[in-house]
Amino acid sequence: MDLQTLTYIVVGASFALYIGIAFWARAGSTGEFYAAGRGVHPIANGMATAADWMSAASFISMAGIISFSGYGASAYLMGWTGGYVLLAMLLAPYLRKFGKFTVPEFIGDRFYSSTARIVAVVCLIICSITYVIGQMKGVGVAFSRFLEVDASTGLLIGTAIVFLYAVQGGMKGITYTQIAQYCVLILAYTIPAIFISMELTGNILPQVGLFSNHVSGEPLLTKLDQIVVDLGFAEYTSFTSNPFNMFMFTMSLMIGTAGLPHVIIRFFTVPKVSDARWTAGWSLVFIAILYTTAPGVGAMARMNLMDTIQTGAVGAEDGNLLYESRPDWFKNWETTGLLKFEDKNGDGRIQYYNDKSTSFAPKAEEFGWKGNELTVDRDIMVLANPEIAKLPNWVIALVAAGGLAAALSTAAGLLMAISSAVSHDLLKGTFTPQITEKQELMWARISMAVAIVISAYLGLNPPGFAAQVVALAFGLAASSIFPALMMGIFSKRVNSKGAILGMVAGIATTLLYIFTYKGWFFIPGTAMLPNTPDNHLLGISPEAFGTVGAIINFAVAYGVSAMSAEPPKEIQDLVESIRIPKGAGAAIDH
Amino acid sequence: MGGIMAENNESGHAYWKANLNLIAICLVIWFIASFGFGLLLRPALSGISVGGSDLGFWFAQQGSIWVFLGLIFFYAIRMNAIDKKFGVEE
Repeated sequence: MDLQTLTYIVVGASFALYIGIAFWARAGSTGEFYAAGRGVHPIANGMATAADWMSAASFISMAGIISFSGYGASAYLMGWTGGYVLLAMLLAPYLRKFGKFTVPEFIGDRFYSSTARIVAVVCLIICSITYVIGQMKGVGVAFSRFLEVDASTGLLIGTAIVFLYAVQGGMKGITYTQIAQYCVLILAYTIPAIFISMELTGNILPQVGLFSNHVSGEPLLTKLDQIVVDLGFAEYTSFTSNPFNMFMFTMSLMIGTAGLPHVIIRFFTVPKVSDARWTAGWSLVFIAILYTTAPGVGAMARMNLMDTIQTGAVGAEDGNLLYESRPDWFKNWETTGLLKFEDKNGDGRIQYYNDKSTSFAPKAEEFGWKGNELTVDRDIMVLANPEIAKLPNWVIALVAAGGLAAALSTAAGLLMAISSAVSHDLLKGTFTPQITEKQELMWARISMAVAIVISAYLGLNPPGFAAQVVALAFGLAASSIFPALMMGIFSKRVNSKGAILGMVAGIATTLLYIFTYKGWFFIPGTAMLPNTPDNHLLGISPEAFGTVGAIINFAVAYGVSAMSAEPPKEIQDLVESIRIPKGAGAAIDH
Repeated sequence: MGGIMAENNESGHAYWKANLNLIAICLVIWFIASFGFGLLLRPALSGISVGGSDLGFWFAQQGSIWVFLGLIFFYAIRMNAIDKKFGVEE
């Protein structure tokens, strides 16, 4: 059977499964729509959280970025897992004890102010939409390859699919669907990684393979360092040139992880406070399977890519791949527009090297190379990896299904968070409390639809690779939601004024910084300064600025609170009560 | 629920203090494994080689994640014991 038919069958079957589950578990009440009726076991919930969490950014984009940045991309690995430690200890158990449905609800009650609740809704929508834009880029990449169309068409088709089942199912549907999606995506990620690790190192586990010897006898990483340095690139394992920025970036991803509403919302769906702690642990188990595999995938994909293009000795006349004899995967990715070749020196061969390296330039000239001829969108690496490694067709088809599962599950979870914020917090909770449960559900679905359209539109011109766009969303969550939640639990002194001004100051400075370098509302061509390290404030990149935003948020909140009246007695009692697990059962509905 | 605290204020404070202590210990380890070994201390540890690279690289791309996992389960187990000790479990 040819690859295309096989891919259709595998992807089609996985979709039928998701849609079937979504239909079967169709939400009947608002309780089921938002929180799956709180009847989900920690392991099941952990798996669903993992699928929710591991988006196109983790599945499709991250290993690609690791592939090209090596050590520097470790920020993603540490940041997106380390955040779970914060979540498990600083937020999840207490928010479960509080026992409401949404993050803004907690902020509104704890800071006894509907203004605080509205500010939280706005922050939540900004973070989630930014996040969904990143997903849409990933959905576009996956669908474009799978249907062999260009990336924009792929995105529009993907949008329609997300729309279909997210709007239909609600949280209950999403929880069960996500368990299925987790299984598909983790198999799709690990199977090719195991194949490739076996091929290159003889080691079945990519986690071990990465640090073992290549079949040639040399350590894999040493060999990879050599291969990339020979073509003028930076050593794969070399230390970062800006440890401060990497520190800020990792921190921003960590606290952003703990502040993202679509993840926090999952901890509302466990029956007990102790289950919230376990759920965080199980989530990280399922996430770690992918995250510890990713570094191996990145390094080995880079090695295979370099070996495919540079078939012989560097500089030898026939050392580079003839464009004429390029493999099928190369042609397929050319159709999507995400892989480009331009024969600058007219020799009919592909030269892929770092033409920005001044030390390599004399050599390139000697070889008769006129510049780098290959442009690779990093987001294609994971999907192209099994093809580059010449793995069997069923593995390639499975990876396509996995990439789609990752992108769709997260997009659905985020849309859920957006829709509950709008219908539950803004309409039911603040502006139109008289609406019926049925009307509330309808508004939840309408706001989902609107959010999908906006993010698909912005996803057509994303402000970076999928993982980078997603990183911006984390910075925004880090600067707004995380500090408010943490202070709400750990301080009895922070009052409504402090919390509101803190959130506003944190997210506003972070947004301003991001827009300065990435363009106003991410619209291309509207950036005020070029996005290069020497233009950045203290060398902090826009992706890393969330840490600064969070510090501003904390400082403003504490400062303002210290200068104004302390919260009323009943709020201080509320804080005392959420710190203690006992009595959580009683707080299920409201 | 406020009642539990009012009746039992002293034990409530001791419970919270035990929790904060445990969190502090866990977060110190969290910081050392990631920001420490994986980043700030990497140049200092570059002499220790691990499979083709060095210890810092291993912590940044593998070790930190395993430590995080251990920490969360350690916290959950310890906290459940503390809940019981102070009689605040569900």
